[in-house]
Amino acid sequence: MSILDIRNLNVRFATQDGEVSAVNDVSLSLERGECLGIVGESGSGKSQTFMAGMGLLAANGRPTGKVLFDGKNLIGADEDTFNAVRGDRMSMIFQDPMTSLTPHMRVGRQLGEVLIRHRGVSEAEARAQSLTMLKRVQIPEAERRLDMYPHELSGGLRQRVMIAMALMCSPELIIADEPTTALDVTVQAQILDILRDVKERLNTAVILITHDLGVIAGLADRVAVMYAGRIVEVGDVRSIFADPRHPYTRGLLACTPRLDEAGAGLMTTISGQPPNLQRLPSGCSFHPRCAHVTDRCKTERPLLEVVGPSRAKACFVDVKAA
Amino acid sequence: MLSFVARRLLIAIPTLWAIITVCFFLMRLAPGGPFDGEAPVPPEILANLRAAYNLDQPIGLQYLNYMADLLRGDFGPSFKYKDFTVNELIAQGFVVSAQNGLSAIILAIIIGIPFGILAALRQNSVVDYTVSGLSMTGIVVPGFVMAPILILIFAIGLKDTPFQLPAGTWEGGALKHRILPVFCLSLIYIAYLARITRASMIEALRQNYVLTARAKGLPFRQVVMRHALKTAMMPVVTFLGPGIAFLLTGSMVFETIFQLPGIGRYFVQGALNRDYTLVMGVTILSASLIILMNIVVDVVYGLLDPRVRYE
Repeated sequence: MSILDIRNLNVRFATQDGEVSAVNDVSLSLERGECLGIVGESGSGKSQTFMAGMGLLAANGRPTGKVLFDGKNLIGADEDTFNAVRGDRMSMIFQDPMTSLTPHMRVGRQLGEVLIRHRGVSEAEARAQSLTMLKRVQIPEAERRLDMYPHELSGGLRQRVMIAMALMCSPELIIADEPTTALDVTVQAQILDILRDVKERLNTAVILITHDLGVIAGLADRVAVMYAGRIVEVGDVRSIFADPRHPYTRGLLACTPRLDEAGAGLMTTISGQPPNLQRLPSGCSFHPRCAHVTDRCKTERPLLEVVGPSRAKACFVDVKAA
Repeated sequence: MLSFVARRLLIAIPTLWAIITVCFFLMRLAPGGPFDGEAPVPPEILANLRAAYNLDQPIGLQYLNYMADLLRGDFGPSFKYKDFTVNELIAQGFVVSAQNGLSAIILAIIIGIPFGILAALRQNSVVDYTVSGLSMTGIVVPGFVMAPILILIFAIGLKDTPFQLPAGTWEGGALKHRILPVFCLSLIYIAYLARITRASMIEALRQNYVLTARAKGLPFRQVVMRHALKTAMMPVVTFLGPGIAFLLTGSMVFETIFQLPGIGRYFVQGALNRDYTLVMGVTILSASLIILMNIVVDVVYGLLDPRVRYE
């Protein structure tokens, strides 16, 4: 059984200016020990998809559909059900380690409280296990760090603390939401190494949400590309990077700056703006920005269709032919 | 931390000196004197009175004498309350004002803060609108309107019922006689505390680390109490510091309405009577308390947020 199975998930936010469709009919599944990368621009719904699954949507957010975690649907579950799963079997790493740790609590307590909550261990036991975990995420002088406050640690160390916190109860699923975005490039690589180590040694499934294709290439087994709250292309990393079929995926890949193409001049960009989620374009949401747009794209919405072994895309146009 | 407090106390000395000096000369600049009355005092008697209180000396000398007395802890004799020194007046009155003020603060904290938190947790609910509405009312309705209304209800309307509360009597500070004044005193503070707590708690709950705490599966109660509350208390402490100083030194309005023997009434009476020494005494007391409470506030900041560090 898949550890995570998302079926026809929709997320709507009620705002003063009307309803915002953040996630539209998203279906995904993830096996144990697998790493799925989720790529998309800001506002593509990539974070909200999983916030819905964790029960962490903002108060005005309403999810519909199903998110099966180990076979159990969590959409519509009460807070107690979520609290029993969150931090224990499923945990989350957030983007900004500078603001995601409680500033007035010592690192050791913030780590330990997860174990105390879910395992009912003593303070001393929690501290001992916190220390082990800090060492596992390669924090130097771990013993001393336990009694420090977050502001006394660097950004990279704080993100390691976040990862350690997510790992405290050996979860079956880790959702890493832009785990490296706020960090220096050298630190990014170290954080990705730690995540890879976790995935391989503990057989933990990892959802890696990012807009950085380099991060996906380094860690993910499969990748799903999201645009305007929908999955537009999904498949295994190698084939998607080698042969992107959706015009948006092609655009994203073309946008990645390369060091090996000397004198390439201007960076490639995708023209236009991401759509307003309150007034999505008719037909394919990407059609106003698409170079291969046809009349059909403007009126009819393409569905996700299988286009090869373990690959699917939502586009009418055969990009290669175009 | 200790050296920080010591340094702040040292800096308080010149501040206090400046306040005393400005206040001393301002009082003398104001027209009129302590012995002006309805009927003019004969010049001979006035001269004797002025001599008795050393007011006939040059002002510079008076200032130096006053400062010398102050250093010995002597606030001098009251000009209006004959046979009393300012030390005695303040000592008697401050006990009453401080007891009432302290009760009012405690009442405000145990009512205002929990209701503020409750309103924040149930934002835009009936509870929230009720708390916000009531606290807005508490802030905009002045004390001199609120107190007579409460007297009308509890002292007169509920007369001869078990809920009747006395007003305008003190009886040496018997509990029953304190209830109405203390409640009136605390009302505006309850209102402000509820509003400030609500706003800062809503802000605190939006922080990323609160999301992290929820993602850890902590029960919401723990998320609020352990992760959000300390941050939310910062603006509350900022407000409470000077608020406590003001409350302890009594309220002119309520001590007049309820006929309390506190020091609040000395503020205005002393100034109207040109009772120089009494005004100076009360000013020095409240200035010292405000300075002291501000130091306390800074120390509490350090306890609430480890990022605030004192050298």
